[in-house]
Amino acid sequence: MKTSIGFLFLVLVALSSPATAQRFFTKGGTIYFNASGPSEVIEATNKTVTCVMDVQSGAIQFAVMMKGFLFEKALMEEHFNENYVESSKFPKAEFKGEFTNKATINFGKDGTYPAHVKGKLTLHGVTKEIETDGSVTIKDGKPQVSAEFKLILIDYGVEIPSLVADKVSKEAKIKVNCSLEPLKG
Amino acid sequence: MKRTGILLFVLLAAQALYAQEDLLALVDDGPKKERVKNAFKSTRVINGHSMEFLAKGTLDVRILHRFGKLNSGPENFFGLDQASMRLGFDYGITNSITVGVGRSTFHKELDGFIKVRPVWQSTGPGAWPFSVVLVGGMTYDGMPWADPTRTNFITSKMAYYSQVIIGRKFSDGFSLQLTPTILHRNLVPTEADPNDIYALGFGGRIRLSNRVSFTWDYFYVHNGLNPNTNYFPLSVGFDIETGGHVFQLNFTNAVGMNERAFLTDTTLDWAKGDVMFGFNLSRVFTIGKR
Repeated sequence: MKTSIGFLFLVLVALSSPATAQRFFTKGGTIYFNASGPSEVIEATNKTVTCVMDVQSGAIQFAVMMKGFLFEKALMEEHFNENYVESSKFPKAEFKGEFTNKATINFGKDGTYPAHVKGKLTLHGVTKEIETDGSVTIKDGKPQVSAEFKLILIDYGVEIPSLVADKVSKEAKIKVNCSLEPLKG
Repeated sequence: MKRTGILLFVLLAAQALYAQEDLLALVDDGPKKERVKNAFKSTRVINGHSMEFLAKGTLDVRILHRFGKLNSGPENFFGLDQASMRLGFDYGITNSITVGVGRSTFHKELDGFIKVRPVWQSTGPGAWPFSVVLVGGMTYDGMPWADPTRTNFITSKMAYYSQVIIGRKFSDGFSLQLTPTILHRNLVPTEADPNDIYALGFGGRIRLSNRVSFTWDYFYVHNGLNPNTNYFPLSVGFDIETGGHVFQLNFTNAVGMNERAFLTDTTLDWAKGDVMFGFNLSRVFTIGKR
């Protein structure tokens, strides 16, 4: 009897250990994109990006509500949501991946570390494997992650009609920047 | 010992589960309240106001044309030789207040309106199923006096309209609205004509593709129309969106393009094939800060 209680205790400890492992998150990260064509500036920023990172497993995940991208022109925002990314059908974009160079990042020590991330990006209902370089900056024990990469829009089923080919680029430049806080519990 | 093995297995399985965990679910706080947008492509269904508004700080330049009757024969190029037009400017003061002015060739009429949205359809927690929009407008007839020999008042050329638009975007593909309307004319042609006219509008949209929609705009007019000469205005058309422009191509029996004109001066009958082709061209400019 005593032993089984002991084991139960061990199991509980084992179960709780990943939760006490270091995780960081934010709900106020930033994603900026630019898909400007030769004759029109098309850019938008979303400041409500969710990002969760697990230091132990090296997993990093992002989620963003498409309707949260703010454009300077209201009409452009409407077209983005209605005609291009179809936000009511596909409200969220997600990335689920991991650091491939986890071992070279010392999350416990302040400094800037180059990072390489690989995973699955779901956008406009299409999931694709992507990888990109970025960086992790640890300051006062809190990580800040950033990355820049490009997406070919048609890869995700976002079509650019030939009529607006000089206004909208076929490729979007994307910048991600998230300052993370410890996740408790 | 057997039990230990099972426990160990459970322990390892639990660890494996954690490794594949959905980290995002840990911080997800569920759906948020969201306002429903883009029930219609434009601020007008075709002739009548739609439940949509201009965004704050945007100017909408609207050029509306109605050609002659399609059945007027090839010598009139099926009506295209003739045109009636309205030129208008609408502006979004806030996301829920739009004002506008316009002038029509028909009756040389000026019109102006203010449109507000006290209730905005929304989804998520605390959702509201439909939007309520109030419209108040005025028209001023620019034609010379019918009888210049009597004492005429400037107010006699004015008419006013008030509308409540109750509209719902049922899905991305389908929107519908009802528009109870009161029109008051200060001066009417004969004593038999009522000053107040009651009407009910039915407007809708079916979205055919991302950039093309089918729309219809019908008004049932309860009183004040001579059944031999006046008809209920019915317009059907397609909204086509290309960048900053919206083209509303339509077929209608209403030559008038403001509320007074299309409610009381629609003298063509669909049943006789008296229908005109027309278009509304809307070009939006961002001039103010959002």
